[in-house]
Amino acid sequence: MISFASFPSSSHDFSDYSTTRHHPDVEDDIAMDFDLEDGDFEDATQKLIVPGEPLTSSHAFMRGHGTYVDGEEVVGSVAGTVERVNKLVSVRAIRTRYNPEVGDLVVGRITEVQPRRWKVDANSRQDAVLMLSSVNLPGGVQRRKLESDELQMRTFFEEGDLLVAEVQAFFADGAMSLHTRSLKYGKLRNGQLVAVPPVLIKRLKSHFLTLPCGVDVILGLNGYIWVSKHVKESQQEGEEGFDAEAVYSNKNDDIDDATRAAISRVCNIIRILAAQFVPLTDAVLLEAYDLVVEQEGDVKDLLHGDAGDALVTALGGRG
Amino acid sequence: MSSRIEILNDGGYRSDGRRQYELRDITIDLTPQGTADGSASITHGLTQVSVSIFGPREAKQRSQTLHDRAILNVEVNVLPFSTGDRRRRGRSDRRILELAASIKSTFEPVVQTSLYPRSQIDIFVSVLQQDGGLLQACINATTLALASAGVPMFDFVCAVSGGVHSAAPLLDLTTLEENDLPHVTVAVMPRTKKVTLVTLETRLHVDRFADIFRLACDAGQTIHAEMRRAVKERTRTLVAAMGAGPRAGPGEHMDRDVVMDDTIIDY
Repeated sequence: MISFASFPSSSHDFSDYSTTRHHPDVEDDIAMDFDLEDGDFEDATQKLIVPGEPLTSSHAFMRGHGTYVDGEEVVGSVAGTVERVNKLVSVRAIRTRYNPEVGDLVVGRITEVQPRRWKVDANSRQDAVLMLSSVNLPGGVQRRKLESDELQMRTFFEEGDLLVAEVQAFFADGAMSLHTRSLKYGKLRNGQLVAVPPVLIKRLKSHFLTLPCGVDVILGLNGYIWVSKHVKESQQEGEEGFDAEAVYSNKNDDIDDATRAAISRVCNIIRILAAQFVPLTDAVLLEAYDLVVEQEGDVKDLLHGDAGDALVTALGGRG
Repeated sequence: MSSRIEILNDGGYRSDGRRQYELRDITIDLTPQGTADGSASITHGLTQVSVSIFGPREAKQRSQTLHDRAILNVEVNVLPFSTGDRRRRGRSDRRILELAASIKSTFEPVVQTSLYPRSQIDIFVSVLQQDGGLLQACINATTLALASAGVPMFDFVCAVSGGVHSAAPLLDLTTLEENDLPHVTVAVMPRTKKVTLVTLETRLHVDRFADIFRLACDAGQTIHAEMRRAVKERTRTLVAAMGAGPRAGPGEHMDRDVVMDDTIIDY
């Protein structure tokens, strides 16, 4: 016969969570939460910081962007919101220049032509570099770059030309290198540029938007937005028919009055939303355009008076 | 002229009705101006200064770029209508160049320029109205503009001017007082209480200097509270507008009229 001898039960110990032992790191995290909650917000991640404001202890936490260490403390150096990933504390500035990341889509303007490279203003802390070797040249994607190409760089991009490109890499000093080696990228024409604070452009599935009003929008992550006439997919320059004339052309197509009005309307909507500091996404733009068309006002009336406030209020009401 | 104006009357009031340690009314405006990355305008009484920041951006002159940090480029524009006597001052006016140089040297140790190698930060200062305390207004406005541009700084820089009227220290001088009194401008970093600028253009007795210097450092803390609240309020508004954070609620605790302790008064 088998008899069971019961062990003394200690289950009540486990039911009491206050005695649960954490890894020392976890306990630090709890301390951190407490540290951050001395402000007037319940949500510790949204605490606002101004330059010179102490954040936390420098022993328990690592300093990230927008902070510096002074003795025992991590101190904020920009005005913005506190962000924390495990032990890394950083402050994200609410208004700042564009901080590039590899793979970002940017819209830029050529400022200078140098040997084998262009300098591009991309709203960053330094001009970006577009190497001759990272553009598509007429005559095939795989074509070698010859000396003759170096001599006629201005036939591809000139000072003042606008282009859409992708961030390819960084140089040692933090300057970014761009590339346009895709048919989506390249010189821009048939449209208008609007500049907004870069923080308003969130990363989206696609930054090439096509609005139903016959307007294409390119949302550059650097805050430059290109609004242009819609180009049909079939008319886009194909791989096999890579036409240098079309890709590097400086001539605008004919744009009818309705499209011009639509482009201006979209630009004005973007300006209004940026002035009200509303993040721009495809959904917001579409909705705002519908609202504006419903009002049937003139394009320029958008920028007058409190039309902007009304638009943002209406957007908020729907969203 | 100076004999007619009583700097400090028997009741302890100054020509504009302030007491000795009373600062003038400060208003701060942080709304964006044009295409500037950051901008601010501040008024100290009747002195009004507006500052726009561009950058950090690619340096204009390649010869001036530094490979390990950004350069600060300060340009001061004193508008002809800012003073009583309408007079156009050129860019190369000695007074203006000196003002620009002192703003630059004030901010060079405060801005974290080493984060932006080969870049340039442009600081454009426009003086709209002058009634004494020009340098203090320029420095305070520049601090606010840099903060609104998201340029990393070790701390705010808070400047205030002080003078001495027959052994009685005064704070935040107007033009009338500046013309008659020895005065000093002090810029202080409030957290560490480090001083980044002290300028003295007139002769001041060495025994009085310690008094007025300490007083100005204390007054800097008061101005800091004001500037800090303005920047916080602006940040909160923008965060709220982006829909990512707390809605714009009641601001920080307001205590508007700070009366400085009259501890240094007995001398």
